[in-house]
Amino acid sequence: MKPEHAMERRRFLKGALGAASLVALSGCDNLTQSSWFPSILNKAERWTEAVQRAVTPRDALAKEYREADISKMFPANGNTDPGTEQYAGHVARNFSGWMLEVVGLVQAPRSWSLAALKELPARTQITRHDCVEGWSAIGKWTGIPVGDLMRQVEPLPNARYAVFHCADVDDEGVAYYESIAVADCYHPQTILAYELNDAPLDVPHGAPLRLRFERQLGYKQAKYVTKIALAESLAGIGGGKGGYWEDQGYEWYAGI
Amino acid sequence: MAVLIQSEKAISREGDQMPIVEPSASETLSTVSTPIGSSSPVIERVYRHRLPVRISHWLNVPFLIILIMSGLQIFNAHPALYWGDRSDRDQAVLSIKPMQTESGEIRGITTILGHQFDTTGMLGYSDGMRRGFPAWATIPSAKWLAMGRQWHLFFAWLFVINGLIFTAYAFASRHATRDLAPTGKDFRGIGKSLRDHLLLRHPSGKESKRYNVLQRLAYATVLFIVAPLIALTGLAMSPTIDTAFPWLLTIFGGRQAARTIHFVACFSFVGFIVIHVVQVILTDFFNNIRSMVTGWFLVQHKGVGHEA
Repeated sequence: MKPEHAMERRRFLKGALGAASLVALSGCDNLTQSSWFPSILNKAERWTEAVQRAVTPRDALAKEYREADISKMFPANGNTDPGTEQYAGHVARNFSGWMLEVVGLVQAPRSWSLAALKELPARTQITRHDCVEGWSAIGKWTGIPVGDLMRQVEPLPNARYAVFHCADVDDEGVAYYESIAVADCYHPQTILAYELNDAPLDVPHGAPLRLRFERQLGYKQAKYVTKIALAESLAGIGGGKGGYWEDQGYEWYAGI
Repeated sequence: MAVLIQSEKAISREGDQMPIVEPSASETLSTVSTPIGSSSPVIERVYRHRLPVRISHWLNVPFLIILIMSGLQIFNAHPALYWGDRSDRDQAVLSIKPMQTESGEIRGITTILGHQFDTTGMLGYSDGMRRGFPAWATIPSAKWLAMGRQWHLFFAWLFVINGLIFTAYAFASRHATRDLAPTGKDFRGIGKSLRDHLLLRHPSGKESKRYNVLQRLAYATVLFIVAPLIALTGLAMSPTIDTAFPWLLTIFGGRQAARTIHFVACFSFVGFIVIHVVQVILTDFFNNIRSMVTGWFLVQHKGVGHEA
């Protein structure tokens, strides 16, 4: 190879590589904006859910930690205060009038006051909260197993999703909600928590009731829960994707 | 005058074997039928890369670029790394932050193990935006975690499937043991090989027909250490997988440690890719590309006299 040739080649390559990376990047952005490509990417969620469910024993517990592992500061993300007048009223009355309804595709719909829920057998677990952003925090949660509530209301055979409705709305007035599979409600670590680190749940962390669904990411852990509605399909609820964050493009299956 | 020798004997003789085989001197000579002056170059065509290797290699090019760039998009959602299971904000091993100076100017500050670096324009603050890695390095280019995850988790599947098929092929065809595993002789020559590489003296002729010791070490490390490591640390960040396989947390030292290792493994890939591409360019780019596209590699022998 002659040296001048080599230099020409190198210059050509440098230019070509630079151009290629620009083309690649704008190509990817075009694909992202297209109507068809994201729905292909989205297929991975199904594969991931199918494989993860297949390899994970139904009742396998998420790792539980020791008291010494608890984070000194447990960050509060997303909405940190519903900010509505109604909610402020509940805060002022120390949530004495807070009710949880379980309705929808159930044999015996019913509701509980917060005080009545606290009478039920509770579970305490020190678990790791994994935010979709990448950080993790460890906290000690106490609450009622959602499975116990399910056994009382008796879901109908066609109930597939448990939709958690929340007291908070975002800046544009969109109500927060989240959903999990009814089958996952019976996992022993799926609880409606009312205590964090031995103290009543505070407002930033979802007072007075929030979901803990330990085997999935943080955005599934609905705060300020007022109602659980069992449904056969997610269509027609909120944006139809199964949750506030799902409606904004996050996966419904948040196991990874 | 160049004489072309078709060297397909490796394939025709041993149908399913990787044809990077050094022909013995007598074999080489026997193919050269016409007498050649000792100074005239002889060009031999060797079938260097078999089809499954070539397919797997070229699939990895877009897969890795997309995984790295969408991975940086995900990283940008929380541009800090930790060890252990928790993200204690004051215990980060690495963090990238935009910071305002007293004059009101915004600078990108990268802190690694307590040492601060001003990385404005690259990390922390670039093109007037507060972001970890700059827009040109992420997919999508705008800050968009949900979409970055969709790209990443889709192509992660393809990358893993491609890797598993390649690994099965590499062991079944003995490509891994014959061409990638360094031999004892290779290790004894590692000092010389290292010196030659640093001086950009690349193997030529007969020597260039097989992977040299540094190539073997680099390829074997990337394929059988870094790639599995990046897949396993990726899985260790999944709360469901941690439930199914709690030993992942144990071996990596916690979910945040796994995330840090994932990041380091990613930059090991970046380092490998840079060196790999530079070497491909420096050691006769078109010959290298041709051999990875068609399989055929041209070896220039300086003349028969030198070989004997």
